Amino acid sequence: MKAPPFRYARPRTLEAALKLLAAGGDGARLLAGGQSLVPALNMRLLEPTMLIDINGVDELNGISESRSGIRVGALTRQAMLGASDIVARRAPLLTTAVPFIAHEAIRNRGTFGGSLAQADPAAELPACVVALDAQLEIAGPRGRRRVASRDFFKGVYETALARDEILVAAEIPAQRGATLFLELARRQGDYAIAGLAGWAALQQGRIAEARLVFFGTDIRAIDAKAAAAALATSVEAAIAALDHDLKPVADFNASAAMKRHLAGALLRRACATVMARAA
Amino acid sequence: MTGPLSSLDRPVSYIGKSVPRPNAKRLLAGRGRYVDDVRLPRLAHVAFLRCPHAHARLKSLDIAAAARVPGVVRVVTAKDLAGRYTPWVGTLTHFKGMKSAPQHPLVAERATWQGEPVAAVVAESRALAEDAVAQIDIVWEELRPLTDMHAALAPGAVPLHAELGDNLCFMRSIDAGAVDEAFAGADCVVEESYSFARHTGVCPEPRSILADFDPAAGSLTVHYSSQAPHMMKEIFARQFDLPESAVRVICNDVGGSYGIKIHVYPDEMATVAIALLLGRPIKFIADRLESFVSDIHAREHRIKARMALAKDGTIAALAIDDVTGIGPYSTYPRTSVVEGNQVVGLVGSWYRCRNYRAQLKVAFQTKPPTTQYRAVGHPIATAVTEALVDRAASAVGLDPAELRRRNLIADDAYPWTTASGLKFEKLSQQASMEKLLKLMDYDGLRREQAALRSRGIHRGIGLACFVELTNPGPAFYGVGGAPISSQDGCTIRLDPGGSVTCATGVTEQGQGTETMVAQIVASTLGVTLDKVRVVTGDTERTPYGGGTWASRGCGIGGEAALQGALALKANILALAGAMLQADPAALDLAGGWVVDRAGGNRRIGLDEVGRAAYFRGDTLPPGVQPELVATRHYMPRQYPFAFTNGTQASYLELDVDTGFIKLLKHWVVEDCGRVVNPLLVEEQIRGGVVQGIGGALFEECIYDERGQLLNGTLADYLVPMAGEMPDIVVEHVETPTAESTLGAKGAGEAGTGGAPAAILNAVNDALTPFKARVTEMPMTPRRILAALGKA
Amino acid sequence: MSETVTIRLTVNGTAVERDVQPRLNLVDFLRDDLGLTGTHWSCEHGACGACTVRVDGNIVRGCLIFAVQLGGANVETIEGLAESGALAELQAAFHARNAVQCGFCTAGMLLTADALLRRDPDPRRETIRAALSANYCRCTGYHAIVDAVADAARERTKRP
Repeated sequence: MKAPPFRYARPRTLEAALKLLAAGGDGARLLAGGQSLVPALNMRLLEPTMLIDINGVDELNGISESRSGIRVGALTRQAMLGASDIVARRAPLLTTAVPFIAHEAIRNRGTFGGSLAQADPAAELPACVVALDAQLEIAGPRGRRRVASRDFFKGVYETALARDEILVAAEIPAQRGATLFLELARRQGDYAIAGLAGWAALQQGRIAEARLVFFGTDIRAIDAKAAAAALATSVEAAIAALDHDLKPVADFNASAAMKRHLAGALLRRACATVMARAA
Repeated sequence: MTGPLSSLDRPVSYIGKSVPRPNAKRLLAGRGRYVDDVRLPRLAHVAFLRCPHAHARLKSLDIAAAARVPGVVRVVTAKDLAGRYTPWVGTLTHFKGMKSAPQHPLVAERATWQGEPVAAVVAESRALAEDAVAQIDIVWEELRPLTDMHAALAPGAVPLHAELGDNLCFMRSIDAGAVDEAFAGADCVVEESYSFARHTGVCPEPRSILADFDPAAGSLTVHYSSQAPHMMKEIFARQFDLPESAVRVICNDVGGSYGIKIHVYPDEMATVAIALLLGRPIKFIADRLESFVSDIHAREHRIKARMALAKDGTIAALAIDDVTGIGPYSTYPRTSVVEGNQVVGLVGSWYRCRNYRAQLKVAFQTKPPTTQYRAVGHPIATAVTEALVDRAASAVGLDPAELRRRNLIADDAYPWTTASGLKFEKLSQQASMEKLLKLMDYDGLRREQAALRSRGIHRGIGLACFVELTNPGPAFYGVGGAPISSQDGCTIRLDPGGSVTCATGVTEQGQGTETMVAQIVASTLGVTLDKVRVVTGDTERTPYGGGTWASRGCGIGGEAALQGALALKANILALAGAMLQADPAALDLAGGWVVDRAGGNRRIGLDEVGRAAYFRGDTLPPGVQPELVATRHYMPRQYPFAFTNGTQASYLELDVDTGFIKLLKHWVVEDCGRVVNPLLVEEQIRGGVVQGIGGALFEECIYDERGQLLNGTLADYLVPMAGEMPDIVVEHVETPTAESTLGAKGAGEAGTGGAPAAILNAVNDALTPFKARVTEMPMTPRRILAALGKA
Repeated sequence: MSETVTIRLTVNGTAVERDVQPRLNLVDFLRDDLGLTGTHWSCEHGACGACTVRVDGNIVRGCLIFAVQLGGANVETIEGLAESGALAELQAAFHARNAVQCGFCTAGMLLTADALLRRDPDPRRETIRAALSANYCRCTGYHAIVDAVADAARERTKRP
């Protein structure tokens, strides 16, 4: 399983990276953390003619905070994301989710932006940024643009990124409620069979507002709006409302029906945990 | 340790001591020597083009573009190898009626499994070889796959190999006692069907072979990751028509094998053939993707089982029907029928019941070949037996432990021949079960289970009594014509400085063979362990032996080492006696010295004896010819196998909303006879248990109806990892075999044999309140939720 | 596309300069170009952990990073870490507990265990199990390895 041959470039600026990407056409690929890309190369599922190594592009790095929230550079290593004090204070959902991503050695190289661009439906970070209403900043030959995370993830490995664009950063508003995070995986570090990322704001012991984003069930992370709204009625109503939100897809581990069932079980548990913490 | 004191129980003896492996230190420092670490001048690498279809005819093959890729040495196809080898057939004469088609290194006309090698590219690097493989132009005509074993055996099914007539590789029937009467007159009959999924070994070090042919010397040297170097030497010589003395096989460090690396593989034979063709060292290391489709698979069975019992719980009869699919060929040289043969031989065998009927059908199918993998057949036989026993207990209202108590062969009832004809010398089923129940606090766990159940927390307790065959005699394989040796040898030499060099025909894959042999030899010769060096794995430097399989290393290799050491001791004492003018019978060895047997006074150092023998023959009495080396071989002659036994238990928690299981704890009480090194035995048991848990809960090769493997990566094929595994408590009972002086049986496979049964019973025990049962392995959340009617 | 790139990096404290093809991954570079065969590959898709090495102080999968990416980097392998004594307590504990059998996963396992102890010197048993979940072992069943890491953690606290 040796990777096929490719040309290699290591631009030092975002502008240089974009130029290489444009010039490289269909055969060019960005190399960031490489934790998803390189297995695909080793398995010869992908045969890019050029790899553009953006690990040296400083503009893509850094975590900073402002009054409204935080900004996380796309190149931020998942390990750094999980260890960040700024993230822990302003977007603790991310801090909670990071230890579920694979293993330490993977997280030391894998990047925040890479996980978003990869858009694996069973990955944690895409669900988290949707739950946090992040705005994703994208750079391309036509300049910069922003895409709301709920519009960014389109399908399995499919995002709003054009072939000649690079994800730069996520602008994440401060998290508005207590972290909700549950994941069902066969083994520590595996992709989720079903997972729930979100937050819940309590008022007088009841969930007043919530964001419920399911991952591992559908072709992409799903913001379960109907379920979140139905929480005002009851947890069981919310679980029933998942029928409106989710269109589960079967995989090795579960049928679509099982995924739907697990989503309900996760929602019930997440609510119980939140209520218990509040009591 | 039980039993009267023997010559082994000396003041300073390593027997029974938990000695850490001296050999492990270099592995801990990154100084292992695996096949891929071997570098030779002019080494070239092989990559294979494999058939992507389960069943296909090769229509055309154009290697021109591949051959032109820079760095490519040669592209080899079946026609390049024709006439350069003898095809091999995986049958043995003692399996009456067995049939299988001849096998070849590379597909010539038709491929019958996805992954079958078709062409080999030899290049200066593996990467270049893979580049060139992608350039091979190949056209296949897809043929109808035959993946389902029942479909393969159905009347009118198209035979995969026309010349064989049908897809039945082998059939066996057992009918002992009065089965029909027993069922007719039974108070209670329970029946259940079980399904076991095909899974595979996933050795950390993939299959690795480096074949080096020197045409000037006419010698073939094969660096090989394998358990049985002498067997492979014999096979290479036979199949490639080389003089036996021209073939050398070297097995150095092996990164895990578990039975995977003891079979003849077409791609490895192709590698040897290419080395013979090109006259230079050729290396093939299977990568992980190709390992999943080309390593042998195992354990694909569908079994129907029935048990008749009296209302007091006495088992009156047992009947099973086992169908197993083995791929398109029976493997060579051990055959692929042994697994099923052992299943039908073993089911129910540790219980007293004498009325037993079994039917085995072994079917060909278009999937990778399956054959022996750690614990061969035992995991399945134990799971079926013990699940049915639990089912029976529930039917008659008895606690599962109590039902077992009422049916296990009594510890004083031996020797015993089972309904299927297996001979047990002496087991300790009762003692080991009682020890286990106490160790785990069975009654306490049942109380805890009941209390938690009332709070909606569902825990399960699963027991499994088991036997495990070890130390096979020649009636296992050799009798049927296989070049498989059930004897083994050890050559032990005293060197002039007083150290000991010892060469053995059993081999090391990490279980501690070298340490075990060193402990036996050091104890017998009265030297410290650091004075003993053990050589294994090289056919040029070790006695002719069988290697490691069927947990024979300690029982057979250890006995040969003991006998060899005793013989050398006699030689040493004879020489010392001559030097000291003393009666050798009045002398002994201790602490590196020849000592008085009575009193222990030091008389002369071993090093002085050694120097006298090798350098100062002039000082020896006339006529004395020192022989400070001895070889002994040993083979079990009396019992076809040394059966071991034990009991396992699993305690787990089942989340009935999600179908997820948390393994809380696991216990094993095992009896492998005399324990030479408890630490090594315990770790073999633990590793074996986790391997069994893999098959019980996680591992399966998922095939679609077209015979395509869907989950052939480590991301999708789930092997057990540390986070989900329980702590495993291991205790021993020791019932030595009287057949050898050492009294050791084998221990390597018992963990794997019993664990799936314990887990299966624990899961079903947890499900009791829901009147649901899972009978399909692996017991994934999906299957558990299906049993619960939840998804 | 077979042009090579010159890389300069430090491996086990020694400066190294080599011409490599971009597609050469770190574990193959270490094994084939530098003769450091103590690190193994087993799956080549990042799932098994056998190829775990340290780059700039952090553990990474050697099969998922290309040598060309490591200009200026400081790479440490089992050989260097064994020789420096950095792994001494872990090696001794693994040895005493028979937490190594075939040895193929051992280098990666030691590096992962070491990384755990460097960030959590007194880990609970479940934490050890979770951290070691990164590394596939088929021989030991993990129990002895967990014991060994716990033993080593205790010993390490005695370091000055």
